[in-house]
Amino acid sequence: MSTVDDHRLAALGRQDAVLRISEAEAEAPAVVDPDDERMIINMGPQHPSTHGVLRITMELQGEVVTRSKPVIGYLHTGMEKTAEDLTFLQGPTNVTRMDYASPLFTELAFSLAVEELLEVEIPDRATWIRMLMCELNRMSSHLLFLATNGMDLGAVGMMIYGWREREEVLRFFEKVTGLRMNHNYIRPGGVAADLPDGWQQDLEQILAILPSRLEEFDVLMTGQPIWRDRTQGIGVLTTDEAIALGATGPLLRSTGYAWDLRRAMPYLAYDEVDFDIVVGTYGDTFDRYAIRLNEIRESMRIVEQCIDMMPAGPYRAEDRKVTPPPRARIDESMEALIHHFKIFTEGYKVPAGEVYCPVESPRGELACYMVSDGGSKPHRMHIRAPSFVNLQTLPYLVQGGLLADAIAVISSIDPIMGEVDR
Amino acid sequence: MSDPQDAAETGEDHTGPELLHGVPMSSSRGQVVLHPGADAYLGLMADLLSDGYTMCVDLCGVDYLGAVDRRLPAGVTAERYEVVVNLLDLEGRRRIRVRVQVAATDPALPTITPMYPGAEAMEREAMDMFGIVFEGHPDPTRILLPEDWEGHPLRKDYAMGRIPVQFKAVEGR
Repeated sequence: MSTVDDHRLAALGRQDAVLRISEAEAEAPAVVDPDDERMIINMGPQHPSTHGVLRITMELQGEVVTRSKPVIGYLHTGMEKTAEDLTFLQGPTNVTRMDYASPLFTELAFSLAVEELLEVEIPDRATWIRMLMCELNRMSSHLLFLATNGMDLGAVGMMIYGWREREEVLRFFEKVTGLRMNHNYIRPGGVAADLPDGWQQDLEQILAILPSRLEEFDVLMTGQPIWRDRTQGIGVLTTDEAIALGATGPLLRSTGYAWDLRRAMPYLAYDEVDFDIVVGTYGDTFDRYAIRLNEIRESMRIVEQCIDMMPAGPYRAEDRKVTPPPRARIDESMEALIHHFKIFTEGYKVPAGEVYCPVESPRGELACYMVSDGGSKPHRMHIRAPSFVNLQTLPYLVQGGLLADAIAVISSIDPIMGEVDR
Repeated sequence: MSDPQDAAETGEDHTGPELLHGVPMSSSRGQVVLHPGADAYLGLMADLLSDGYTMCVDLCGVDYLGAVDRRLPAGVTAERYEVVVNLLDLEGRRRIRVRVQVAATDPALPTITPMYPGAEAMEREAMDMFGIVFEGHPDPTRILLPEDWEGHPLRKDYAMGRIPVQFKAVEGR
């Protein structure tokens, strides 16, 4: 058996930063020990900086955080259990509600897992539409991060600007999928609908507006001495600590480690487009902010290439056992009517097996672990949520820092509580 | 761990499945999967860590109660629960999956948090949802459900949508 001596974080020189106390102890009124001024406080679950309902139990020594623990579960609705009662066709409507800031990525991971089990080939156009929509979603998610991160640090104007820019992307999503959020657009077998006429012009308009707006953000925040003072050197994580704690996405890249699944283990058609992986140097709050800001620029490059390289053809697999027939065919073909009826009543059966399909979401590695026993519903559907795992770094990030800086650090992890709690 | 009767039934001969670190290995849709028993689990994880699989990306439970079609290589004794651990080797850009068999009578496994500190929250989730005990876990408490919740919702014999609301503030529901 391993002992505390060979604990991996201890070997890295980190003392335990997690405050492991019972609910009763956490809820007890704060008592200041006159000898060492230690005090336990609860932050949240309704604090604006917690981005939803996150509670953090903190042990303070004066104004310095010594140990802390994120307490989660306030948004838990049993979505993994729900998934076992929905057919594979209905599945995306459920998983899209997990990470509500970047819903298309969860749909993508789910669909890739089902397709892997079905061994269905999807058409090129569907792959490229998925990539285009995901990169737009990465932009809207990071814009939301810039808005909330600015708000948390007192740049309230930034909140309005971030929401405004995000709305440009959401307007396009509404045009394509019918909804601003929770799209249910990426489905096993392809996507729900083709891109609407004039989509290139809409996107070119967005791509024309955004660069100058991002430069405004640089003026408003990146170069600001106050912004830098509040973010630089705050909440530092090393590469080894990030890997030990399972942190992925901008959190891992901020430590200087260039790990991005789009490059390391390409899926969709990411090996056919040019983009750079943005990495940090110090692993601090400023690096995490700068990475997300610059990833918007990289995503815009990918979107431009998607516009140029978008192949023609069908937008979903022509396998009538998996995707419904076109509406017009139902009026003229009995067989199409039967297929349509079967798909929407009992769904399709997926061969027995299990598969783990990861994608790079704006928050890190998002994956779907799917177990099928040969029926039309998953036997087990598990989503590996990046926010859930990344949140574990919080006690280590805030340890030894000021309580006021903890706000900046929570924001820089960019947790989406719907995904954490599922 | 190996069950000769099982092997005889499936018609597998004495060669048996391929082994890695003495544990049966299989492939699921091109992904490498290892199938240790509960007793070989901790040693295997230590071997894999020194092999370069430095990150534990995912750990979750699966309840196979009532599964119609379940695929396991010959020589692996099927148990009701499985704990599925996905490891990642960032330098070597490779993944491996470990599916540990956990008996229904004594659902317990040793914790891997000293080796993989990132597994702490995931082990708590598996404990919360399936009632699998991770021996030596530094914080064996519920993570997503309230601490006075009864039952483990992701077990297959836990009915869906037919349970009284269990929150403390709600009376008589």
